[in-house]
Amino acid sequence: MEKFTQLTGVAAPLDMINVDTDMVIPKQFLKTIGRTGLGPSLFFEMRYLDDGSENPDFVLNKPQYRDAKILIAGDNFGCGSSREHAPWALLDFGITCVIAPSFADIFYNNCFKNGILPITLPRQDVEKLLDDAERGANATLTIDLEAQTIRGPNGGEISFDVEEFKKHCLLNGLDDIALTMENEAKIADFEKGHKTAQPWLAG
Amino acid sequence: MTKPRTLFDKIWESHLVNVQDDGTCLIYIDRHLIHEVTSPQAFEGLRAAGRKVRRADLTLAVADHNVPTTDRSQGIDDEDSRIQIEALTKNCAEFGVELFDMNDIRQGIVHIIGPEQGFTLPGTTLVCGDSHTATHGAFGSLAFGIGTTEVEHVLATQTLLQMPLKNMRITVDGDLPTGVVAKDLILAVIGEIGTAGGTGYVIEYAGSAIEDLSMEGRMTVCNMTIEAGARAGLVAPDEKTYQYLMGRPKSPKGGAWEQAVEFWKTLPSDPGAAYEKEVTLKAADIAPQVTWGTSPEDVVPITGSVPAPVDFDDPAKRESAKMALEYMDLKPGTPMTEIPVDYVFVGACTNGRIEDIRAAAKIAKGRKVADGVTALVVPGSGLIKDQAEEEGLADILIEAGFEWREPGCSMCLAMNADKVPPGKRSASTSNRNFKGRQGAGARTHLVSPAMAAAAAVTGKLADVRELS
Repeated sequence: MEKFTQLTGVAAPLDMINVDTDMVIPKQFLKTIGRTGLGPSLFFEMRYLDDGSENPDFVLNKPQYRDAKILIAGDNFGCGSSREHAPWALLDFGITCVIAPSFADIFYNNCFKNGILPITLPRQDVEKLLDDAERGANATLTIDLEAQTIRGPNGGEISFDVEEFKKHCLLNGLDDIALTMENEAKIADFEKGHKTAQPWLAG
Repeated sequence: MTKPRTLFDKIWESHLVNVQDDGTCLIYIDRHLIHEVTSPQAFEGLRAAGRKVRRADLTLAVADHNVPTTDRSQGIDDEDSRIQIEALTKNCAEFGVELFDMNDIRQGIVHIIGPEQGFTLPGTTLVCGDSHTATHGAFGSLAFGIGTTEVEHVLATQTLLQMPLKNMRITVDGDLPTGVVAKDLILAVIGEIGTAGGTGYVIEYAGSAIEDLSMEGRMTVCNMTIEAGARAGLVAPDEKTYQYLMGRPKSPKGGAWEQAVEFWKTLPSDPGAAYEKEVTLKAADIAPQVTWGTSPEDVVPITGSVPAPVDFDDPAKRESAKMALEYMDLKPGTPMTEIPVDYVFVGACTNGRIEDIRAAAKIAKGRKVADGVTALVVPGSGLIKDQAEEEGLADILIEAGFEWREPGCSMCLAMNADKVPPGKRSASTSNRNFKGRQGAGARTHLVSPAMAAAAAVTGKLADVRELS
């Protein structure tokens, strides 16, 4: 996993609530057996017209947002399916930070496993960032994960919360599995006790 | 005296392997279900790192999302679907995981076969790379959906890194009125608390209306818990739970069964256990439900009409309603029962069980699918399909003009060939009415199985109480 330390980039506004993971990446792209190459299909239904051409009204098709690295959205972003293809598609497009007033739990967790930082902010802060983002290329934000701050185009700063362990893993690009395997002795011990307590669970 | 604990607290605490200083927990996973869509990258990760599946004996695999529901003897036409299913077969063979392949009678939707096989048990932690894993909570199993990286984590370590969830209790007391079933109950709950109402929580369902539900009904309720934002739903195990599980192929046997039941009886929440959030509904107030928009919270009683954006106070919700009505091609004020349908789908992990097929057949019996309506019944597993055929339900449905299909996820998410065409409208027993969910441009109304059958035979969304 890539490290996430600091990010400076254009923020694209997607002022919608309940953006579900079917919207982020529809089912026809879930047939891949790889993790990459999903960027062109990100937000497929909104991004392309029926004839396959780009929908000029969709935010990521507008010239000033084509290289956006940050997405600002409404409540309950990433609801629905657990598909990790949603963060994979964002990552493949180049978006590594999503800011919203709230996220669905599974999507939120999936982001951290892929070097993407989801930031939850009070609604009034998100609304201000949405306004700023409407200004396109001038709306460059700088996210500093170590300091837990977002610096806006006018120099204003917003701080955000993030769980300590998730932050540590992102900052260092750590692989959860390798970390957990260091606990192998504890897992084996637990298994022994669990087998005594609930012997019928053994496969 | 020890602090009273909830069902969730008991399961969580008995699965803690390690707790870090910041509260992140390493929890042990008792049961892991996998399917073809969210597992290939996880196996690829194992392979790249030279890792093994730590407990293949606690892992069960099935192909469900991509499988055709028509004749399977010639394999799968769609190349991508075929490759994904072949990858599952190859991965399971290589890593020693038990697989129910497409031609196995036990094959079916992952959340239907788990309980059916007795793989799902009370007091366990159960995960799957699928958000509807919440279904298994009906058995008092802490069951939730995970992403593919977490699937790989469970395969490699049989554990997961998680923060504890908060406790919410939804109590539904009283008797559900005639014609009102589990699907209506959960749609009413989602309408009440919203699609983000349960975010960060595990929802325990309680009250006499929940106790009165069959295991099938409880599965329907827990299944759609994710549509209320909660990763897991829970119902305390009781005699119905034990009756359902007794004698299933993977359920404990003999002395182990007795021992397990004794343990399961200690699982229900202690009196006085604390919940961070409580919601109460009266069963008597619930009518058959139907969705009008593109989020499962966009729900009204079938006796209601299409709302107008101005009916919503929140500007974001107003904007979202406006877009939903445009997509659904509906005008505010239209009575729900005047909305014609083109497709009807009975199936999915929400409503693909035997009881659901019985409910649909009861309405279909002696009636005909309306002209211009395509109606599909897709059993949740090969065993359910067999049972429905033995009970004569398949004959009734076929006689009425329904298509009787092979088991799979099918038109719930339209990853296989079963799609609602653009601009067409469906009454569906599935769980999501998202834009394009049942096919690009498809318009979905979520309903119960009996309501779906009622829509099929009348050609419109219909109040099932007027047909039965």
